[in-house]
Amino acid sequence: MSDEPVISARGLTKRYGDTVAVDGLDLEIGRGEVFGLLGPNGAGKTTTILMLLGLTEPTEGTVRVLGLDPARNPLAIKRRVGYLPDAVGFYEGLTGRENLRYTARLNRMDPDEAEARIDMLVDRVGLADAADRPAGTYSRGMLQRLGIADALVKDPDVLILDEPTAAIDPEGVSEMLDLIRTLATDQGVTQLISSHHLQQVQEVCDRVAIFVSGRIVASGTTHELAVGGAGPERLELRIDGGRDDLVRALEGVPGIDDIRPGRRPGSWEVVVAREHAGEAVRALAAGGVEILELRRASEELDEIYRRYFQEVTTHAG
Amino acid sequence: MPDERMPPGWPIVARKEFTDHLYSGRFVALLAVLSLAGAGAVFAASTGIRSVAPQTVGIPALFLRLFTVSADPVPFALVVFIAFLGPLLGIMFGFDAISGERNQRTLARLVAQPIHRDDVINGKFVGGLGIVTVVFVALTLFVAGIGIFRLGVVPTPAELARLSVWVLAAIVYVGFWLALAMLFSVVVRRSSTSALIGVSIWLGLALFGNLAARLVARLLAPSGPGAALAEARLETLLARISPMTLFSEASSALLDPTVRTTGVVTLAQLDRAIISNLSLVQSLAVVWPQVVTLVAYTVICFGLAYWAFMRQEVRA
Repeated sequence: MSDEPVISARGLTKRYGDTVAVDGLDLEIGRGEVFGLLGPNGAGKTTTILMLLGLTEPTEGTVRVLGLDPARNPLAIKRRVGYLPDAVGFYEGLTGRENLRYTARLNRMDPDEAEARIDMLVDRVGLADAADRPAGTYSRGMLQRLGIADALVKDPDVLILDEPTAAIDPEGVSEMLDLIRTLATDQGVTQLISSHHLQQVQEVCDRVAIFVSGRIVASGTTHELAVGGAGPERLELRIDGGRDDLVRALEGVPGIDDIRPGRRPGSWEVVVAREHAGEAVRALAAGGVEILELRRASEELDEIYRRYFQEVTTHAG
Repeated sequence: MPDERMPPGWPIVARKEFTDHLYSGRFVALLAVLSLAGAGAVFAASTGIRSVAPQTVGIPALFLRLFTVSADPVPFALVVFIAFLGPLLGIMFGFDAISGERNQRTLARLVAQPIHRDDVINGKFVGGLGIVTVVFVALTLFVAGIGIFRLGVVPTPAELARLSVWVLAAIVYVGFWLALAMLFSVVVRRSSTSALIGVSIWLGLALFGNLAARLVARLLAPSGPGAALAEARLETLLARISPMTLFSEASSALLDPTVRTTGVVTLAQLDRAIISNLSLVQSLAVVWPQVVTLVAYTVICFGLAYWAFMRQEVRA
């Protein structure tokens, strides 16, 4: 992370008539960071990206990309930011290579330099054999790979990927993630990845934000999110016994907030202040409760993710 | 801080559009149809002119007659044919300008490159005009070649000048239809719908334009003395709403130095008129309103397409 954020947004808001697509978004992404913007479809991820690129104007708030305002310096930003749109498409009559060539020309690249770079990129995304076939014959996954190559043609400082893993087979996904990681570590490319597939992208993201209905409901490193930040620990247990056994064993342990049925059938959830979690576990063992299974309920990110989504859905519904 | 200096983006878009059109099936098909029909029309016209060769001495701008005269067995002159088929040229190169980008999902990627949004629509218009220019220049040279071969008459510089101005007018005329088709490609999501709307307007105007003008003129014309003249004047005026009429009238004066007016002429006005040939500038003056109106139509249409495109969201 460096002094000046590469991408920053303050109070970014986009309204279409009465609908609020993005609602007071604050965002800061540092140099070389891989940032995941995670949320369900329709959360406002794409709208946010379009505002970062100056392709749609914010209703309120400010955006800075590479220190520039997209509304005033769109070309300078677009010259240095590679963008893979959601469900990317290519000119069907042109070959993959010709499509990339057009992008290179639009970026005013030197033709020879561009040609060498295109060769390298089609190889890197595994399209070397298909590069001279019309893009109309490509499968969805191949288009996605070509889209990555297309975003990289201009040798960007910043890469914005909208649903990069959509429509790719599992093998392709892991190749894609490797590529993202390599770009970040070897070339220091700052990346913003939007996805609704948390599992797929969490491992490559330095930080993620969970974005629902135009708002960021949680953000931080995947670890911070997983342990729920400063909130209490939630221990999920399956025991040989009932709630009474738990209550008895945990009597006297400070910081116990709640003992309630867990989400999974037959399980219990003990909500305990973070600093007393270890004490609680020891008390259970000492109290003679036979623990069949013990895990931190908030340990898996997708569970949190689901919880946030559910909260929002129930609020909305 | 201004954007760092970069060469403008529209020539890049225009170049790509031009190349795409050039290698497209529709270009080949159109060129084939136009060449065949053009050759047919000119061949017939030249045969007609040859058959009356003895009387042709002294006919001004004989060479240009190739374009304006119809003769058996082809029932139309080349200019009529261009007035009729020109719109198709514009529609074919414009109907999917923007909707095609949307359908192929390339628009977001395109505008995310370091170009301004209007570079897209400007470049597409220029690229389309470029291909139309190629078609017209090729067609005119082709037809002129046949003419020289068949008539043995070489065009004079004055005739070449008239021909060049006419080609320019034809490009503006087709440019109008190109802009109109592009407007539909912006407003309508589906390329097929956009093409259908364009073709409907074209055929509607071509087949029923004059009929509609006549009917409306008859309905609105006053009664009493001079009614017939008033009706004829009104009809001409109404017919001139159609760009086809405008182009036909412009063509007639530009290609024929003996045409002195495009409006309604009474016998009294012709009485004792001195028959003389007009210069190109004078001919241009005769149809200046038509030419200016055509340019205005094109500008308005393109302006609307531009405005609609700039207001649209990238994601739709």
